Amino acid sequence: MIVAERKPIEKVLEMIAPYKKVLVAGCYGCVTVCLAGGEKEVGILASQIRLARSKNGNPIEVVEQTVERQCDAEYLAKFQDNVSSVEAVVSLACGIGIQYLAEKSPVPVFPGVNTLFLGANLDVGKWAERCFACGDCVLDKTGGICPIARCSKSLLNGPCGGSQYGKCEVSKDVDCGWQLIYDRLKALGQLDKLKEIIPAKNWKRDKGPRTLVREELTLERD
Amino acid sequence: MKEIKFENLKSGSNLEKVLVSGQFACTGEIGPPTYASFDVIDKHAKEMKGKVDAVNFTDNQTAVVRLSSWGASLRLIYEHGMEPNLQVVCRDRNRLAMQSDLLAAYAHGVRNVLCLSGDHQSFGNHPGCKSVYDVDSVQLINMLKRLRDDGCFECGAECKVNPKFFIGCAENPFGDPFEFRAIRLEKKIEAGADFVQTQCILDMERFELFMEKVRELGLHKRAFICAGLMPVKSPRMARYMQTGVPGMLVSEEFCQRLEKAEDPKAEAVNITVEYIKRCQQIEGVAGVHIMAVAWESIVPTVIEKAGLLPRPTF
Ligand code: SF4
Ligand code: SF4
Repeated sequence: MIVAERKPIEKVLEMIAPYKKVLVAGCYGCVTVCLAGGEKEVGILASQIRLARSKNGNPIEVVEQTVERQCDAEYLAKFQDNVSSVEAVVSLACGIGIQYLAEKSPVPVFPGVNTLFLGANLDVGKWAERCFACGDCVLDKTGGICPIARCSKSLLNGPCGGSQYGKCEVSKDVDCGWQLIYDRLKALGQLDKLKEIIPAKNWKRDKGPRTLVREELTLERD
Repeated sequence: MKEIKFENLKSGSNLEKVLVSGQFACTGEIGPPTYASFDVIDKHAKEMKGKVDAVNFTDNQTAVVRLSSWGASLRLIYEHGMEPNLQVVCRDRNRLAMQSDLLAAYAHGVRNVLCLSGDHQSFGNHPGCKSVYDVDSVQLINMLKRLRDDGCFECGAECKVNPKFFIGCAENPFGDPFEFRAIRLEKKIEAGADFVQTQCILDMERFELFMEKVRELGLHKRAFICAGLMPVKSPRMARYMQTGVPGMLVSEEFCQRLEKAEDPKAEAVNITVEYIKRCQQIEGVAGVHIMAVAWESIVPTVIEKAGLLPRPTF
């Protein structure tokens, strides 16, 4: 999922300082799962805003609404009534949802979260990065552990000299991605895979912002 | 001096000639300053002249901004008539910048290049920077080999005057997973490394174990392996390296010898000289690389005491 965390309330208040009526827009997708921007968090932020502003003698009206996915035009349409009645929007969706909503909104849309990474939920309250969306997955060569996201240097051909006791040179709290890969391949009896030299990667940035068009689906729609 | 006839040299560098002619190589290292002057480079170059076969210049070592390794290398060539070993890390440049810098370096007379991953930016003075790692060290080695042997850039396009470098790599016998270290070295040699300078050896036994694996794989016959050595002038420094530097192993004996010594600096020299002699006995070690970090001026003394003078000339 896309992992995000709430921006500090002070930052949010700063962004909406000039306005008297705002919408706090949530999303039932990833940000609900990582407890940063779902219906519940929308409610909390809305109350915080109201409280802070009325304390300052500068009350504000806050509308709340959450949709299935802010990264999907179909669901974004549901915001239509609310966005046309407010002066600004604070979106708690990931960076993608915030942008997509901003594209469709007549009023300014501000980010209520910091979008962090593509990660997994390891435990209650714990998330960790797992993929960089590199566009050419090499997990088949590395025992299902991503060298790009889990090695601090995104090395493709084995550990740097700083790997020791299973930890990365960056910190004793960070596992060395290459030690994990080594251990996993050893357990699978596939250590010989590590002998292969993985050539310099095509990072697929040659066409600007990446897009995906699947002809068979666009045809179907027509 | 007997004239040696060299055939099929890859780069024709002095270091290559020393190694190919079967003589025990000896290189030094200078960390460029964190300011815009050649002062320390000139000072240490003068000290090392005639004492080492080539001088490594570190590339923003420990991710701290320093005078560039290629800038320092040119100074060594033009001002001192000495041979540099240009270190290149993958942290700060993408494949375009690397290849372009190396074309210029070669045109200016640089012949040895040492390819490294580079310390993570979190160690340095710009921890918030965006690191590059467009290619890793194995890929960098291969890029240089293709430039040299196939006359083409990483993309495959032709390079009309191709840089013929003597290609070096590092390997850390003390990092983990230990069993993978020799295999990783094999990958680097497979990718095109001609010579190797190991991470500094402060635990001889572990190094000997590593060399056993290297010999099992026959790697010492495919590349010249130079043992990295570091004179460590204070017991505190040794302890710090033992516990505080990731990827480093420092033997208890090493620390205690410095701690017990009346004159730790003299003992540091003794240990380094001893280690050089031990390395000369290890099958497959073709030379030593002495990195006296922040103590460069001691290098000539160490080399002299180890009986490595005079250095060969061609
Ligand atoms: S290799 Fe890593 S970054 Fe690339 S797609 Fe696979 S998991 Fe994601
Ligand atoms: S220690 Fe491991 S995870 Fe960290 S940069 Fe080196 S290889 Fe990558």
